Amino acid sequence: MATINDVVIKIATVNGTGSASANGLLRKAIFRMGIPVVGKNYFPSNIQGLPTWYEIRVTGDGYQARADRLDLMVAMNVQTYVQDMAEITSGGWLIYDSTWPRSQLLDRDDITVLGVPLSRMCNESFEGARARILMKNIAYVGVVAALLDIDLGIITTLLEETFAAKKKLIDSNMTAIQLGYDYAVENFVCPLPKKVAAIDKTKGHIIIDGNTAAGLGCMYAGATVGAWYPITPSTSLMDAFHSFCRKYRTDPETGKHSYCVMQAEDELAAIGMVLGASWNGARAFTPTSGPGISLMSEFLGLAYYAEIPAVVFDVQRTGPSTGMPTRTQQSDIMTCAFASHGDTRQVLLFPADPGECFHMAVSAFDFAERLQTPVLVLSDLDIGMNDWMIPEFEWDEDYVPDRGKVLGAEDLEAMDKFYRYLDVDGDGIPYRTFPGVHPKGSYFTRGSGHTKYGNYTEDSVAYQDVVDRLLVKWETARKLVPAAEIRTSTFNKMGILTVGSGNAACVEALDRLKAQDINIDYCRVKAFPFGSEVREFIEQHEIVFVVEQNRDAQLRSLLILDINADQNKLVPLLHYNGIPLGAGFVVEGVLQKIAQGKAA
Amino acid sequence: MSYTGKPKIAHPGLPRNQLGLTARDYEGAVSTLCAGCGHDSVTAAIVQAVFELNIEPHMLAKMSGIGCSSKTPAYFVSQSHGFNSVHGRMPSVTTGANAANRQLTYIGVSGDGDSLSIGVGQFVHAIRRNLNMCYIIENNGVYGLTKGQFSASADIGSKPKKGQPNQQEPIDAVSTALSLGATYIARSFSGDKEQLVPLIQGALRHNGFALIDIVSPCVTFNDHEGSTKSYAHTREFYHQVVDMDYVQPAAEIKAAYAKGEVMPIELHNGSKIVLRKIDESYDPTSRAKAFKYLREHFNAGEIVTGLLYLDETRAEMHDLMGNIDTPLAHLPLSGLHPGAAELKRILKSFA
Ligand SMILES: Cc1ncc(C[n+]2csc(CCOP(=O)(O)OP(=O)(O)O)c2C)c(N)n1
Ligand code: SF4
Ligand SMILES: [Mg+2]
Repeated sequence: MATINDVVIKIATVNGTGSASANGLLRKAIFRMGIPVVGKNYFPSNIQGLPTWYEIRVTGDGYQARADRLDLMVAMNVQTYVQDMAEITSGGWLIYDSTWPRSQLLDRDDITVLGVPLSRMCNESFEGARARILMKNIAYVGVVAALLDIDLGIITTLLEETFAAKKKLIDSNMTAIQLGYDYAVENFVCPLPKKVAAIDKTKGHIIIDGNTAAGLGCMYAGATVGAWYPITPSTSLMDAFHSFCRKYRTDPETGKHSYCVMQAEDELAAIGMVLGASWNGARAFTPTSGPGISLMSEFLGLAYYAEIPAVVFDVQRTGPSTGMPTRTQQSDIMTCAFASHGDTRQVLLFPADPGECFHMAVSAFDFAERLQTPVLVLSDLDIGMNDWMIPEFEWDEDYVPDRGKVLGAEDLEAMDKFYRYLDVDGDGIPYRTFPGVHPKGSYFTRGSGHTKYGNYTEDSVAYQDVVDRLLVKWETARKLVPAAEIRTSTFNKMGILTVGSGNAACVEALDRLKAQDINIDYCRVKAFPFGSEVREFIEQHEIVFVVEQNRDAQLRSLLILDINADQNKLVPLLHYNGIPLGAGFVVEGVLQKIAQGKAA
Repeated sequence: MSYTGKPKIAHPGLPRNQLGLTARDYEGAVSTLCAGCGHDSVTAAIVQAVFELNIEPHMLAKMSGIGCSSKTPAYFVSQSHGFNSVHGRMPSVTTGANAANRQLTYIGVSGDGDSLSIGVGQFVHAIRRNLNMCYIIENNGVYGLTKGQFSASADIGSKPKKGQPNQQEPIDAVSTALSLGATYIARSFSGDKEQLVPLIQGALRHNGFALIDIVSPCVTFNDHEGSTKSYAHTREFYHQVVDMDYVQPAAEIKAAYAKGEVMPIELHNGSKIVLRKIDESYDPTSRAKAFKYLREHFNAGEIVTGLLYLDETRAEMHDLMGNIDTPLAHLPLSGLHPGAAELKRILKSFA
């Protein structure tokens, strides 16, 4: 079927061979043609020599999820030929390096195999082993450009932007691209029936990953202390924060920093540092992933009970244990919601894309300080490390940070006596003070039993008084955190409820189902505790498909626990193989349940 | 356990420091530790040290982990902020606190279990960062609060009240700190307040990581015959090698010292430390020589005390990182980002 601007390309290479820049070039060129595009990385937990894939979804409709089909495979990796070929959707194309014929491996008659002697051409045109490998990986850009009708002029401009003054590099890259381009034009019918054509749908948009956006958000929020221990897929968040700080928080005259990024000895220390800094009045945060959350648990309980703000990013990956560290999942929802021993509950935010990573990074600090409690921002590898096309986010110059209830020197001077854990306003949130501000503000922070006056206690009534007041605060949090995104119409009996990166696939699935005359309402939760709108959404529908990326239906369980949702209505649709969720899974899941009589 | 305040009646005759405060103003809640516990003597020494240093109470931050020792910050300077954190993790909390506000004076009180067993990781990394703090280990060789199990500082052959003597190699806080590059290292005894007070004062004024490992007997679980952390054992094997005086900024060195063995060392804030070698062969400025001496005497079962190592030249954490002098927590948030127009420019590179 001939289509325009609806094609999925996957490039199979070996990591550490410079293919990342070639793939980025393709993605950017399509974006610059005004066509919405999504880029997803599939990479091993390894530095060099293992298979890695990059998937480019060209989507004129502007969908953001992973596509569930594959039109054009660029199979540059001998190791994975067989697997790569098998993945192509019937009717698709395979490009391979025909310098060494591998016909015995290529025996599918429902796809078109296009051999390009990439190595031979590059060996003839370039000197040196390293250059030849690099250029081979650039040359396929030319082949794909010819096959899909990507504008070579735009590719040239992009190379000029990337290499700026290094004219030699621009020339050699362009030579390689032209080699591939010319070969394709001479030997194949170009363009393919699935091709791209310039439109005007990317204006006002950017392509960015969630970790970069979150790191930027932390800088704009005014975070000054960041502590971390490296772990995929969260590392690039701190890298981004650090590099933005180097640029914008270094005194041009003295070279001194107005930020403190500390690589901790482990995650226990990272969260300890965050608590110490927050206690002292700085905005502090730590990015991590599942194993780090496990280590941080004891401290998160202290922060909950002693009421110390903290911002934690959990860029979720596949568990349990080390799991598949470079694959995505949403399997820390339960662990985070109740992180720590004892009666502990944590406030969670669920960004769905990099734009929300930026904004939620900022509001996470506001909520943490307003509520005097940790706020965990649960992103995932799909959001954090993949390239999303999103509307360009903006900074509101009128933004006023919410530091919460903090008493200054003058307030304290005017007070008779300050009590740290007294609920003066009835919202469950006490007042706090910072060390060094005023002698009257002093109090003793402890994770052991304390009275509402802040004194040590082992008295049952006094203890219970404080933990019950924390429940009042929990209800204040429920009203404060962002409400779910809800789309309803009066007649629909079915709903889909999802979280975080599930949004992209679900939104697309709703459109596809609608095209089949199946109309379903939608609820995307943005935070925990859940607001009354989530409870009402579930009450209003007979069936609610809960779409999430873990084995154990953690979001579903949390709905039942937190808002007493009717579990008979909640039909789980669980995707947990580590690959980002695509709309097809949701559509099929819904159709299947309907067929089984589970719904409709 | 109760948390009763002591009546703070200032006796007109009580001496006052430069802030007009008496030593009583530097006290805390009534201790709930066992009568005779070494930790209470350390508390008393801290009170005197801070009082004499004229530290404004609210400019002092008291940090601790978990244990009988870690409880003691509640028992001194009640007008200071205190943070009783989790077991073994006081160093990271103090690191973060100091990162946010380098103007406060930090005193951390820990136990041998807290610092050398569960928390040894954080202890060593705080030293590597040269975190600017006074770090006290109230060392009794056992976990007092969980009723007397051996800690990582228990000596080989030390007898518990019940069961077999310890056979595992102990971790010696002093030589560990020395090997990791701590810049102020002392050992003392809870029973020697005269030695302890100036050591604490020097540690509080030192610009970097200052460790004081204090033998502080647990009268309830480790003060019996055969224990190497008992009062009797400590007194018997006590071996002071360097005497030390702390001299306030602008004050003059008054005491008369025998020539040749006295070393005055100026600290960051203008105050001075005057060292007097009791053992001529000891050199508290050489890491290598100090290490050898300490090891030999440790092997001989001696408890070497005094200010054992001092290096005023190495930069503390913030200066190592190149941070501004203003506390980060004092910076207005709105000045910490480049604004809306610059965000647009930043995002251009993503289009
Ligand atoms: C994570 C954790 N494990 C165990 C305990 C129990 N615990 C409390 S204090 C303590 C040992 C304290 O020993 P030390 O630091 O030497 O202090 P001391 O009581 O001897 O002064 C232990 C094991 C705890 N509080 N937290
Ligand atoms: S148990 Fe030991 S360490 Fe604890 S208070 Fe009693 S004497 Fe002191
Ligand atoms: Mg102990």
